[in-house]
Amino acid sequence: MKFLYAILLLTPLVGFAAEAEFTLVIKDHKFEPAELVVPAGEKVKLLVVNKDASPEEFESYTLNREKVVAGNSTIKIYIGPLKPGRYPFIGEFNQATAQGVIVAK
Amino acid sequence: MFGTAVIVFREVLEAAIIIGIVSAATRDVPRRNYWLFAGLMIGLLGSAIVAASTDVIAEFASGIGQELFNAIVLGLAVVMLAWHSIWMSTHGAELAAHARNVGANIREGRSESSILMIVVGLAVLREGSETVLFLYGIAASGSDTLSNMLIGGFIGTFMGVAVGYTIYAGLLRVPMRWFFATTATLVLLLAAGMASTAARFLIQADLLPSMASPLWDTSQLIPENGLFGMLLHSLIGYDARPSGMQVMFYVAVLLLILTGMKWAKSAHKKI
Repeated sequence: MKFLYAILLLTPLVGFAAEAEFTLVIKDHKFEPAELVVPAGEKVKLLVVNKDASPEEFESYTLNREKVVAGNSTIKIYIGPLKPGRYPFIGEFNQATAQGVIVAK
Repeated sequence: MFGTAVIVFREVLEAAIIIGIVSAATRDVPRRNYWLFAGLMIGLLGSAIVAASTDVIAEFASGIGQELFNAIVLGLAVVMLAWHSIWMSTHGAELAAHARNVGANIREGRSESSILMIVVGLAVLREGSETVLFLYGIAASGSDTLSNMLIGGFIGTFMGVAVGYTIYAGLLRVPMRWFFATTATLVLLLAAGMASTAARFLIQADLLPSMASPLWDTSQLIPENGLFGMLLHSLIGYDARPSGMQVMFYVAVLLLILTGMKWAKSAHKKI
């Protein structure tokens, strides 16, 4: 019986098998941190928080991802599982300054 | 100004290529230009609305609204193009033969023209809303002067439309014998490419597993952000680092439409 309870208690955890969560902040058209280390070989949830008033587009060719972030708002984006390596990304609307890299280790 | 032109070009290019191919494929549909224009206007109006409600869309469905929206828009376009391909595989030749005397075909022509309008509208909607947001961002942050932004936007639009028109004009020069096969193939690849992009959005939203990601990497050979890569992406859905799921979607849509065309043809012959 105790065993059954244990399973019941654990079920929600399996359902949400929480991916590791990482946050990138956009401010003054720059990413902070500009280099983000994430674990390789597993799916990762990335939150992109735009603190600027203007919209931005998170875009990465190496990660094969693109998503618009409205001004003063947050988006989530799933990436990976990634092989170890460096994955550059940009804010497409402000490419000159909005640059960063995700490092999978 | 230059940066603005490049980004606007990229967005316009994709829509322009779709419109160029679809316009050529429907060249004998009665009042085609009228429907084309209607689609363009609906798409532009929709872009402004979508751009203005970006934050609302993004928060929809607990944060994956944007992916769902893009996937649905692409999915609808795929269905429309599939319908077009299957319908054209039996009626295209007739329509061309009776181009001057379309009385009997007019009802079927009408359903074809509404497909044209919807596909054009959807293409403009998706690319247009991003362009509007981008230009709004520049204007709001004042990182470029207004006139520079407008000039850049105009150059980008002009170049994109020029490429789309070149494809259109080129297709019209294809001899009649090969015309239907050529446009049918292009429409088919266009639909498959859109299906692959739709899959990518669903993977990004974590609604689909990626399955072997990336399946291959040709970014050194043909980078996706180069001009050639961009053209290939818009034309045949080229992706330098596709996931297994995207390739499956691509192939599945290709096979489904081809089967539909074959089936329609054999059913047509029996009548």
